[in-house]
Amino acid sequence: MSLLLFCWFFFSLGCGVLWADFLNQWTIPGTGFKLGFWFAQQGSILAFVIIVFIYAHLMNRVDKAESQSNSNA
Amino acid sequence: MSILNWTYLFVGLSFSLYLFIAWRVRVKDTRGFYVAGRDVPAYANGMATAADWMSAASFISMAGLISTMGYAGSVYLMGWTGGFVLLALCLAPYLRKLGHYTVPEFIGDRYESNIARVIAIICAVFISFTYVAGQMRGVGVVFSRFLNVDISTGVFIGMFIVFIYATLGGMKGITWTQVAQYWVLITAFLVPTIAISIQLTGHIVPSIGMGAMLIQPDVVGQTNFLLNALDGTLTDFGWHAYTEAFEGKWSKFNVFATALTLMVGTAGLPHVIVRFYTVKNVQAARWSAFWALLFISILYLSAPSLASFSRYYMIHTLNGSSSESLPNWFHSWEKTGLILWLDDGDGIVRYSGDNTNEIFRSGKLGSKELESIKENHQIWLASGASNGIDGRQLLLDKKLSGPDRDIIMLAAPEMASLSNWIIAFVAAGGLAAALSTASGLLLVISSSIANDLYYRTLNPKASQKNQLLVGRVTIAIAVVIAGYFGLNPPGFVGQVVAFAFGLASASFFPAILLGIFNQRVGTIPAICGMLSGISLTAYYIIHCVFLNGDRWTLGLIENGITPEAFGMIGMLVNFTIVILLTPFFSPPSDRIKAKIEAVRSPEV
Repeated sequence: MSLLLFCWFFFSLGCGVLWADFLNQWTIPGTGFKLGFWFAQQGSILAFVIIVFIYAHLMNRVDKAESQSNSNA
Repeated sequence: MSILNWTYLFVGLSFSLYLFIAWRVRVKDTRGFYVAGRDVPAYANGMATAADWMSAASFISMAGLISTMGYAGSVYLMGWTGGFVLLALCLAPYLRKLGHYTVPEFIGDRYESNIARVIAIICAVFISFTYVAGQMRGVGVVFSRFLNVDISTGVFIGMFIVFIYATLGGMKGITWTQVAQYWVLITAFLVPTIAISIQLTGHIVPSIGMGAMLIQPDVVGQTNFLLNALDGTLTDFGWHAYTEAFEGKWSKFNVFATALTLMVGTAGLPHVIVRFYTVKNVQAARWSAFWALLFISILYLSAPSLASFSRYYMIHTLNGSSSESLPNWFHSWEKTGLILWLDDGDGIVRYSGDNTNEIFRSGKLGSKELESIKENHQIWLASGASNGIDGRQLLLDKKLSGPDRDIIMLAAPEMASLSNWIIAFVAAGGLAAALSTASGLLLVISSSIANDLYYRTLNPKASQKNQLLVGRVTIAIAVVIAGYFGLNPPGFVGQVVAFAFGLASASFFPAILLGIFNQRVGTIPAICGMLSGISLTAYYIIHCVFLNGDRWTLGLIENGITPEAFGMIGMLVNFTIVILLTPFFSPPSDRIKAKIEAVRSPEV
């Protein structure tokens, strides 16, 4: 979970804000997006959706395993 | 059929749909009233959360904000979506597992104190009222612009509709109407955005179109990337480049702090948290957080595209036009005062970022005041600057340069030359966005007062029937108060958004987070933390916004901290105080400790 929170920080506040001016020197090939700008306006939101998806998936699996081992014991 | 008739048709249809849903799911017990009987499926709850969350501001103003701010507009995009990650990972599942009805209830029970509960109630009610006043205003604005009724009538109709379905159906009615409202608002947003995207870049997905080549070659016959062309045009006309990071008051620190405040504030807003109490179980709470974010991201990924498209489109159609060649949408929105043109005498429009700009908005100016400015400007023009007053300088001093930002969304269908019925549909979408958020907020106000204050604090013996009655009566009173603020906006509606988010991030977020993840935190440190976070944030915002005080630099930040960004400081203060005080005060009772332990397992 702390890994997921790290990703949250890294992609939004990291790539989108802290290093945005640095990343802006590159553009995504084939598009007009500067990298830092893209992270701030598109990439971070996509990252958020993926993070929450992974979290829901993993946690619910852990939950299930837990309740099964409880009922076996 | 004319735009007006289409609008009547769509607004009428969508309103009847909301009322019909409310009638079908009307409730008889407090469980249904506060948490929709806890049987809302995850995807439906996600959709309802999305509609609840996307307010009139997201729908009407956000694209315009980004459009004028460029890169700095990303704080809203990141802030208002990133908060859901925090909510999904750190708060929602745990809160759902504890099984309360409201946020103040959690705080009161966890910290075993009615004082903490009352502080939380006050915060929740205050945050919700500042928000709901803006929504009611939004309803009025949409009505007045699209249906030619005055704002007050619009607010009254809005109040009436919300009143009926919120009192009848409680949370259950609100949830299912919000699901319907989500579809109305997302379609209304996407159709014009996709149409403009196809027109400018030939791409059907706006997010791809934003990074793509323009179809139209420039003057030298070269085709350019939209964003490069936009950057170039903006710098030519005296603005900063669209994609340029950190300019003016938006220093790196302020962008960072504002984004973080909005994220944390989002996670702490009571009307969003309360939605996760309505699903069946913890697993469903996690999935519904995912669905909510997915549904929200559809709008939030398209909004920046719409922002850049319409900025580009607007500059290119306005500049160099004469009064005959001005586009139609300019004339239709000129009437509302959202956009106006004061010529410098050459008969050619110039819309720029320096003092040669000729495009303005009327802002809060009254129609008489505006007329006299226009007349004086005509005299000034006719006399060759020897008589009359230059209206451009006057409006520039009043900070009214450029069109009103709301026009970006409201005029988008006309810019894309779409048919009348789509323009009408956007009106219905704006109303759906405002009404869905307003109803969610009203329920928070009602549940905070009826459940937390009346039932849990004042009269714990109240019967179900009695509680329901109190709940319905509070909603009714809240609607009236909200309507009053909608009719007579306190003049600072724009700035109170900073307040709502600042307070949510300085009060609820630390209290809930520490309440779940630190068993040791007891009553007194938690109360001290909340009080100091709230009062410091409130002090700074009042100091900056209302008393025009200097911004604090703390010796580190060059341009000072903006009030919007201060919630982050309030949150840090809250955390620090709680953690420093905790070792000196007694821990919570064993019962509470055991409860938190149970809620957190299994842990990863």
